[in-house]
Amino acid sequence: MNLDAAMVVIRTSPLTGVFVTLLAYKLAVLFNRRCKGHPLSNPVLIGVLLLLTWLLATGTGYRDYMKGGIMVQMLLGPATVALAVPLYGNLSRLKRAAGPLAMTIVFGGLVGIVSAVGVGWLLQLPQQVLLSLTTRAVTTPIAMSVSQGIGGIPELSAMFVILSGIFGAVIVKPLFGLLGLRDDMVLGIATGLSAHGIGTARVFQLSETAGAFAGLAMGLNGVVTAILVPLLAPLLH
Amino acid sequence: MIETLLWLVGYQLAGELISRTFSLPLPGPVLGMLLLFVTLAMRKSVPESLKLNVPRFLSHLSLLFIPAGAAVLAYRDLLAGFGWQLIVVLAVSTVLTLLLPGLLLKLLLARHRHKEEA
Repeated sequence: MNLDAAMVVIRTSPLTGVFVTLLAYKLAVLFNRRCKGHPLSNPVLIGVLLLLTWLLATGTGYRDYMKGGIMVQMLLGPATVALAVPLYGNLSRLKRAAGPLAMTIVFGGLVGIVSAVGVGWLLQLPQQVLLSLTTRAVTTPIAMSVSQGIGGIPELSAMFVILSGIFGAVIVKPLFGLLGLRDDMVLGIATGLSAHGIGTARVFQLSETAGAFAGLAMGLNGVVTAILVPLLAPLLH
Repeated sequence: MIETLLWLVGYQLAGELISRTFSLPLPGPVLGMLLLFVTLAMRKSVPESLKLNVPRFLSHLSLLFIPAGAAVLAYRDLLAGFGWQLIVVLAVSTVLTLLLPGLLLKLLLARHRHKEEA
């Protein structure tokens, strides 16, 4: 028997990464059902916590894990494309509300940037962190490339995106319930603007229409932010 | 399943190519989504394979974000360095970006409907 060799396989094989990710997700979904869909039992949040526990317990490094993790993450591209299908299903609502939607998305893009940088500035965070905060509200690939372009730290930007996405996914339903905002389109657009893909995954569980509009808002907010941030960034220098 | 993948990967690839070629600010998958949407709108129908498989695929969207969460491990020192301020910033900004656009859209939609009815 060679237990050391077995441990090396467990830590470094891409298969382990794929398997552990799937298992963490499966357990998170079961837990979420057990909690009757309570917002705090969000599958991304619980799944990430389970995965981190495994990585720390086995001493697996981030790079080793990602050999397998990347295979799951790669499906994000086709999944984003797939959002076109439910969006098309809402074509007539989309057409009727085109004007208000366009205005809201541009406004939301601005709020996403200004609120993060503004609060960070009030709390006296260093400049490079402020620059990395500008892209908090958009999907990771856009956040990283825009952040890099203006002198932020791309990895830090990615972290901000993920953490606020999880927070947004957890908070959105209680928050909107409290305020009596019940329209699926409003729910979807606001979530896509503030919590990008992780929020989109969340509202998909609530309604397909909300998920479709979240996907639209996420994509277009990416464009708005990618255009606005480089224009506004010089104000921070 | 193969047909579904051909559609989705094909449109992503087209999106990547166009985005790179013209140095557009939006990533390939987002452009791919917009292109597929335009295609469906022109064709006025959704192919059977997409109609069947896309809802099943998207019901597991949460799974795909779990690997990204592992990056917290790699950057925990960087994050810990700024502590509570970051938590406040992210929480306040996320809530404001949910609320303000949500309220604006509700207002605009109500006015819009009012106008259509008038």
